[in-house]
Amino acid sequence: MTSRVVSGETDKSVMQRYMTLPQSSDAVMVEYFWIDGTGEGVRSKGRTLSTEPKKPEDCPVWNFDGSSTYQSEGTNSDMYLVPVALFRDPFRLGNNKLVLCEVLKYNKVPAETNNRHTCVKVMEKIKSTKPWFGIEQEYSLMDGDGYPLGWPKNGYPGPQGPYYCGVGSNKVFGRDIVEAHYRACLYAGVKICGCNAEVMPAQWEFQVGPCEGIEMGDHLWAARYLLHRVAEDFGVVITLDPKPISGNWNGAGAHTNYSTEAMRKPGGLAIMEEAITKLSKKHDEHIRAYDPNQGADNSRRLTGRHETSSIKDFSAGVANRGASIRIPRQVAEDGYGYLEDRRPSSNCDPYSVTEIIIRTTLLDDLPLCSC
Amino acid sequence: MTHGNDTGNKQLMEKYLGLAQPDDGIMCEYIWIDGTGEGIRSKCRTVYEEPKKPTDCPIWNFDGSSTYQAEGSNSDMYLYPCAIFSDPFRGGKNKLVLCEVFKYNKKPAETNRRKSCNEVMERAKATVPWFGIEQEYTLLDYDGHPFGWPKNGFPGPQGPYYCGVGANKVYGRDIVEAHYRACLYAGVQIAGCNAEVMPAQWEFQVGPCEGIKMGDHLWIARYILHRVAEDFGIVVTLDPKPMEGDWNGAGAHCNYSTEAMRNDGGVKEIEKAIEKLSKHHVRHIKAYDPREGKDNERRLTGHHETSSIHDFSAGVANRGSSIRIPRQVAEDGKGYLEDRRPSSNCDPYAVTEVLVRTTVLDE
Repeated sequence: MTSRVVSGETDKSVMQRYMTLPQSSDAVMVEYFWIDGTGEGVRSKGRTLSTEPKKPEDCPVWNFDGSSTYQSEGTNSDMYLVPVALFRDPFRLGNNKLVLCEVLKYNKVPAETNNRHTCVKVMEKIKSTKPWFGIEQEYSLMDGDGYPLGWPKNGYPGPQGPYYCGVGSNKVFGRDIVEAHYRACLYAGVKICGCNAEVMPAQWEFQVGPCEGIEMGDHLWAARYLLHRVAEDFGVVITLDPKPISGNWNGAGAHTNYSTEAMRKPGGLAIMEEAITKLSKKHDEHIRAYDPNQGADNSRRLTGRHETSSIKDFSAGVANRGASIRIPRQVAEDGYGYLEDRRPSSNCDPYSVTEIIIRTTLLDDLPLCSC
Repeated sequence: MTHGNDTGNKQLMEKYLGLAQPDDGIMCEYIWIDGTGEGIRSKCRTVYEEPKKPTDCPIWNFDGSSTYQAEGSNSDMYLYPCAIFSDPFRGGKNKLVLCEVFKYNKKPAETNRRKSCNEVMERAKATVPWFGIEQEYTLLDYDGHPFGWPKNGFPGPQGPYYCGVGANKVYGRDIVEAHYRACLYAGVQIAGCNAEVMPAQWEFQVGPCEGIKMGDHLWIARYILHRVAEDFGIVVTLDPKPMEGDWNGAGAHCNYSTEAMRNDGGVKEIEKAIEKLSKHHVRHIKAYDPREGKDNERRLTGHHETSSIHDFSAGVANRGSSIRIPRQVAEDGKGYLEDRRPSSNCDPYAVTEVLVRTTVLDE
């Protein structure tokens, strides 16, 4: 077993005694969590409420110091937290809750990295088409020194090949975190639908979906919060960087599976092909929406090698993992189903991704300000 | 991870803590503030009936020469119970009892700021003053270096840590979670918590509390914090500037309102109060840490989201001023003000007393 670097380790058995103290029903702990100014970092803080919230609106609008999260200046730092999605808390249990929030500036305008605000309007507009999404979230586990978990210090594991969906302590590193995360998501009410070990050792993937409309972004952000928080308990760091190790090692993506009701019915393949044609005309706009740095992050990952398409070109194909859009073989056979957009980066904002897919495939050239 | 004073085997403890306790053998932990004005001491006695109010607990005494409070030749000091809470460490009917300290001649001890605070709150009680204090603190490893920081070194600069999540963003969350649950169980009015700007720094908020309760609840929350951290083998410091350099200090921002401020049009009352406060800056600074401002001097520099100790200022949503009016309050036209000057190691009795004296009693 390789040595570990853990900062700030504490005794979990001591905690147990406190976490099992009885909690009266008029003191419910609610953890508010939100996206910070980087567009990929998550922050949270907790408060006590005197009744158990049953829907997000039961949680009061709150505020926080945006100058400490890269979101405002110190002289005018108050920002608002508006609860939008409620989950059960798998860490504190009982009636305690996690609540995902949208961030508004002091003047009630959405914060720069609040991409949910326009997404929810777009999803409302086209809701009769019943758009479903499933996102495959890839990520890497890092030790406290920033090096991948389980990798030999000052060295490298053997080349990729034996690790994908592997089993065995020389094939996969950190399965405990993956298992714990899956159970935490199920408990919380997040729509986690699967997980597997990935091609690079210490890299994993989970899938969230099928989610309709705005739910995709909400559930993926909740799953990410839970992932960071579970890994924290283990003293392990999660990175959503799309290319954590350069060289002959896979990057990490957030392949987005997508369909409308029409695509899911017999003959749907023709509708999917129309959608792909529309997507082919907006490649650059999509790339800009597919990571928090307008494509700069993805440029390290989308090289055309390691099962990616090149960032410069748009392509589509059946069962082709080197294409921008892949049509699963089963879908091609059935004549209906869904398509997979393989371009989004692992650190993308799912609100931005799902919104632009809808805009391009269903709203044609509708400019942003019309919603 | 284990060191000198960590006996390690917490499971062994469970066997003893699980022993049945007779109804006429209740343990009461008497808690008081020592001669430093920020340290907390405690000792235990058995009582024969479960106390339901503070006066059910007998007046006790202790050796003040061992707590910087008296000379050896005349060292007995009195403990007068003034607030009781359920004991989250011992469970059952056992209690934590917060006490005021009196000298041998029945005068209040030098660091007993509760007595005069209580008198002031009585006189002002028609105004229904509410308080909420944001207690910041830092976790230290047993060697005195902040917990989780690399030994002989520093973490990356501040930015990613505030309200952070992840093993490279926050250190010691277990203590924070355990403390919150223990406070809820004890009956402390804990209202929230979050990770702070410096790594290994945290904050919890106690309130809203009316009058004397603010001091009572905050002192018990502090006792519970030290005691929980002790279980983990980690040290809590309330020092207002534990790390020199580009690292945030720690404060105890005090949120305050009277009924008039909370009613419609209350923002006028808030502005009147601020006007009064602006005329007493030096007196307040002296009351806002146990060393009459000397501790706060290291923290209130005008940088790192503080105001300068030399000037008084007020502003809406301005974290660089002495008094901040929250944005929501400015919009609603009523609410509360936040005094950002008190040091993390302040005595909440002294802070709440001087706020009421200045803004309500005009003294």
